[in-house]
Amino acid sequence: MKRRWRDAPTALMMLAPSLALLGLFVFYPLVRAIWLGQQACDNTGNACHSVGWSQYIDVYRSNEFQNALGNTFTFAAITVPLGIILGVGLAIVADKHLRGIGVFRTIFSSTIASSVAVASLIWFVLLNPQLGALANVFDGIFPVLKRPGLLNDGGTALPAVALSSVWAGLGFTFVIVTAALQSIPRDLYESAFVDGAGSWRRFTNVTLPMLSPTLLFIGVVITARAFQAYGEVDLLTQGGPNAAGRPTETIAYFIYGKTSRISNQLGLQSASAVLLFIILLVLSFIQFRVLERRVHYAN
Amino acid sequence: MARVQLDGITKTFGSGATAVNAVDNVSLDIDHHAFMVLLGPSGCGKSTLLRIVAGLDDPTAGEVRIGDKLVNDVLPKGRDVAMVFQSYALYPHKTVAANIEFPLKVRGVDKAERRSQALAAATSLGLEKLMDRRPGELSGGQRQRVALARAIVRQPAVFCMDEPLSNLDAKLRTETRAELVDLHRRLDSTFIYVTHDQVEAMTMATSIAVMCDGKILQTGTPEQIYARPATVFVAQFIGTPPMNVLPAGVLEGESVRVGFRPEDARIVADSSDDTLPMDVRLVEQLGHETLVFGDVQGAKVVVRQPASSSAPAISDTVSISVPLGARHRFNADSGERIER
Repeated sequence: MKRRWRDAPTALMMLAPSLALLGLFVFYPLVRAIWLGQQACDNTGNACHSVGWSQYIDVYRSNEFQNALGNTFTFAAITVPLGIILGVGLAIVADKHLRGIGVFRTIFSSTIASSVAVASLIWFVLLNPQLGALANVFDGIFPVLKRPGLLNDGGTALPAVALSSVWAGLGFTFVIVTAALQSIPRDLYESAFVDGAGSWRRFTNVTLPMLSPTLLFIGVVITARAFQAYGEVDLLTQGGPNAAGRPTETIAYFIYGKTSRISNQLGLQSASAVLLFIILLVLSFIQFRVLERRVHYAN
Repeated sequence: MARVQLDGITKTFGSGATAVNAVDNVSLDIDHHAFMVLLGPSGCGKSTLLRIVAGLDDPTAGEVRIGDKLVNDVLPKGRDVAMVFQSYALYPHKTVAANIEFPLKVRGVDKAERRSQALAAATSLGLEKLMDRRPGELSGGQRQRVALARAIVRQPAVFCMDEPLSNLDAKLRTETRAELVDLHRRLDSTFIYVTHDQVEAMTMATSIAVMCDGKILQTGTPEQIYARPATVFVAQFIGTPPMNVLPAGVLEGESVRVGFRPEDARIVADSSDDTLPMDVRLVEQLGHETLVFGDVQGAKVVVRQPASSSAPAISDTVSISVPLGARHRFNADSGERIER
């Protein structure tokens, strides 16, 4: 006990740099946002006054927030499983010792080097009903590609934005899973092979359990990323298409987007941001608690 | 009955100028219920040969027969072989019970039957109390036994083992050697065992094949290989310390290299035409015996003496005699044994 107190000044000194940085850029803005969440301000963000903590409940119950929350869950429900399945699938396909496989590895991981903005622009052009390659090639099969275009139809806009997001995130999943696959001892596969296990059995009994910590990590990271999706919405649809009831407005876009109903209302925006923070915190906690039991960590 | 026959097996890695024959035209006949040890230094092709028997590698040329059936194109599953790996290759996320049951599960054996067979295999190796543990919670020796249990549980015709003892400490290795011999006696399987440790080969094998550079240099019982090594390489690979082999011309003619086991040489009081002068460099007192290391005309020589006889001092020059009957003669050029 005594020793602990004697070391306190040294400990504080060593913690100071990170405490200062975290305090300035994380803790202070967080506390400030929580405080702002119960305030109402004018359009310039000045002349704020308290309207009570019940503003959080009002925001949560509002139709706009509920719509954005629903969209965000749908968006995550598309991007997370699809991103993991495609990423793992590509990584397994590319994990073969074949001539020229390095070219495919480079191609599959290339999206890690492109920003959300670039990915969104690519998909904006691809999906464009007049110029887009997809619209012109598959016109006969999916008329919606041409009239009005995936991004302009209320029913297909959100999945289309999700598609662009999955594509942009694929490189990340691919690189992480490829690294994890290469760390699985070959002996395990060979042992299962001698014991008579076919390729599906080897996948379910060796690959999947050995990948499980990586998959949990990727799941948590890309879920958090899906809940913070902003760039692709802003570039592709701005929450629209215009006609319908904001079918692609995610929470992040609701908080910050130009065309959001609460743009320039600092109090409401802060309340929404804090709510998103709480939702993500709970979600990550659940993911760890529920999935960790099914995850094997190597000793 | 599982006799294993290898006929003209070659395994080439790479192609063109960089091609390497890891196994070079090897033929080997392994009797049913033999304990065949493939012995050689690392990189000699012994593991590759074992993997070809197990079906993990395909031979570039040659035929593999198990129980008189050609199995070149048969998957491991259809060969009735089991394999124990140096790393044990246990599934870290499965319990001991699930690890041992896995080969049975793959074969569609029903759950109750699996349980009882796995328990029987585990009990025979003293693992019955560890069935609910995971490999990470076991010691090296216990993991090794789980790997053995997983291999014996489906009673394979052929049992392949790739250096299974090399991750164990010396004491455990000695104990496990005895257990493997006992296991071989109890099972009706043919054992093929790969090692670079000649002590393992000598203590467990019913038959040894000594390999070097992808070729088998000699096949025989441990006694035959120790008593009549076919080449200088075999002579110097077997025995601790290994056989002394003098350069050509030191003893007998210019075309002959003479070898002798350390225990066959004697330090004698008087020099004569039949003795060799040795400069003593090191004396190791091992309790039950003494090893005397020295130089004979530039060649390193070891002499093993009973601990009771008086040991020479370092930098003494002593005379050693090698009885005619204990001499092994090798062709100076080819290194092959000369019989007389």
